[in-house]
This record gives sequence, C-alpha cells and structure tokens, in this order.
Amino acid sequence: MAVNGAVTWLRRTEEIDGYDLSASDSEEVHVLAVDDSLVDRKVIERLLKITSCKVTAVDSGRRALQFLGLDEEKEANGFDGLKVDLIITDYCMPGMTGYELMKKVKESSAFREIPVVIMSSENVVARIDRCLEEGAEDFIVKPVKLSDVKRIIDYMATYFREGEERRGGINKRKIRDEGDDRSSSSPLSTLWSSSSSSSLPTAPCSPSTLDSPTRSLKMTCFEEHIFTDKN
Amino acid sequence: MEVVQIQRNLVDYTKSLFMEGFLDGQFLQLQQLQDESNPDFVAEVVSLFFDDSQKLLNELTIALDQPIVDFKKVDAHVHQLKGSSSSIGAQKVKNACIAFRNFCEVQNIEGCLTCLQQVKLEYYLAKNKFETLFRLEQQIVASGGSIPMIEMGF
Repeated sequence: MAVNGAVTWLRRTEEIDGYDLSASDSEEVHVLAVDDSLVDRKVIERLLKITSCKVTAVDSGRRALQFLGLDEEKEANGFDGLKVDLIITDYCMPGMTGYELMKKVKESSAFREIPVVIMSSENVVARIDRCLEEGAEDFIVKPVKLSDVKRIIDYMATYFREGEERRGGINKRKIRDEGDDRSSSSPLSTLWSSSSSSSLPTAPCSPSTLDSPTRSLKMTCFEEHIFTDKN
Repeated sequence: MEVVQIQRNLVDYTKSLFMEGFLDGQFLQLQQLQDESNPDFVAEVVSLFFDDSQKLLNELTIALDQPIVDFKKVDAHVHQLKGSSSSIGAQKVKNACIAFRNFCEVQNIEGCLTCLQQVKLEYYLAKNKFETLFRLEQQIVASGGSIPMIEMGF
C-alpha cells in the first residue's frame, strides 16, 4: 500500500497496466462528509469513524470543492496526501445543494470516479431518481443509521476489491464509459448485474437484502407513499 | 441510594420516554455510537442540538414577527430543526416541526404562530427530559457504576 495515500481503491480499478497487486487493503477509507447541520455532521462523523473510516467533515458544497481543490476562486489547499475515497453529502444545503456538488464532482476529470452518496430527510422519488441518474452511488434517507453507513462501506470494499481482482474485467465505470444507456437503467442496477459479489444477495427474506440499496429504496418509495414531483 | 437502584431508575425512565413518544429509535442508534473511547457522545450531540435549536427558535420568532413574513425562510429554519431533532430521536419535536411546515407551505400565519408555540413547548419538554436522563447517568458514573444498555425489542 502506498504510504503517502496516493493510491486508493478507485485509482486501482482504473490502472490496468502496471498494476501493483502487492498493495494491501488495510488502508483506511477517507470519506469527505458534507452537511450544513452541525448535529448531523457530528453524527455522520462518528458513524464513519466507528466503521473505521478517516473523516473530513465540511459544512458546505463550496468547502467540499475547496478541499478537493476544485473551487475556481481558491487554489487547492495542499491536501495532496489525503485522497478522498468517498463523498457523502446532504442534499438540502444553502448555497450549493448536494446534487449540485455531485454534478461538479462528476464533471471533473480528476474526481469524477469518486463515489458520491446523497443523504436527505425528504423521501421524494423524483429526487432519488434524479440523483441516481446523475451518478450517485446510493441515496440514504435521513436520519442516518449505522446500518446505512456499514452497508455502503462494506459494499464499496467488496465491489472495489473485486475490481482489483478482476484486473480489467467489466466494472461499473467501464460500462458507463462505453456509452451504456444510463437513462434506461439506474447505476445501481448496472452494478447489480456486473458485480458477482456475494454480499449482494437477491433472496427477498435475507437480512442483508433488507439493507441493500435497492431494497431500501423500494421500502422508502412504496411504504412512505410519497409520489410527488416536488423538489 | 445504591447504584443498582439508580440504574433501575434510569432504565425505567428511558423506557418511559420511549413509551410516551419523546424518544424514537434514532436515540438508540446514537447510544450505539457511544463507547469507552467516546463516553460522552450522546450528551455532546444532544447539547449541540440544544444550542442549535435555541438559535433556530429565536430566528423563527423574529421571522414570524415581521410585517411581511418570508415563509421560505421560516420553512428553511423549521426544516433544519426537523432534521436535527430527527437525528437525535427527539420525536415530539420532530412531529411538531412537520405540522409547522404544513402551515408554512400554505402560508398560514396563524397556524405558523400556533405551531411555533407548540415546537417551543416540545423543545423545552425534551430538554428537560434529556437533562434528567443525563443527570441519572452522571450519578451512576460518579458512584462507580456503568450505564445500562436499554433493550427495546422494537
């Protein structure tokens, strides 16, 4: 494992040639958490730390971009040693919404591979769909629970570890790059079909399925009975 | 009083808060995040909630007192309060906020004023309950005991 933190799971899936298999997988995941609520920031920070992640918590989309070095008005603040492995952001924030932040991240060639998870207290189907279509890895309905965070971290670890092992086999990013029709299938469904991970079972009664992103989306959409175009 | 008795009081008190709807499952989530390395986590988060909420309630009072009420601003504050109360499991405060937002949506000033009073009431009640809870915990810790985990069997 590169000591300076320059190599993350994500970069490894992109590097097909000259791939270094000697790297271990014990490096901590570095998560950039974005939420304007102080209470929520404290909670998400603790949730992530308890799942053994390194956390940087910021209070706005603007600060998140500054941290990444994407803010046009300010120079990169020199955090070159701390690459971000995952961004988890609140949707409703003053100034820049989590959705807008995600779009900026996805538009940047340097950072578009970083998975983005969106959190929102508003359980609106149209919003969830829009976020997933724009490239969100997952959508968590607040309040965030430990099982939500564990699910995401486990799922990423398994998925990206398998990406390393396959060394150039089909992965989600490649499917997207090859012009897969994103509007007809959500990124999650693309992921389900390409991943052979055993942590994503399809048995309806299995407990981990209940925690799976698709299942939790179905639960929230139908059981909450909210079908509105209101954003 | 013996530690065992205080521990029993704490368990009973906490259970009553759930039964009466002051707390919901999210509070248990927070308790799961507390351990020896972070023994005051719940108290710290709740304290942040108190400070945050106090500010929001003040802003709401001012905003609703304006000759022309900016309902978007009011709604934004209530949304924030609803979010943070939900994050700590303060169910009655959260529910009062939900009702409040409905009146914001239809720009009903009287309804909003009534809701503000209701939210304030729920906030002060919740504050009181939490303070009692933490006082019991402190008594247990001071007597050398450990804080019992609540099994709710939801």
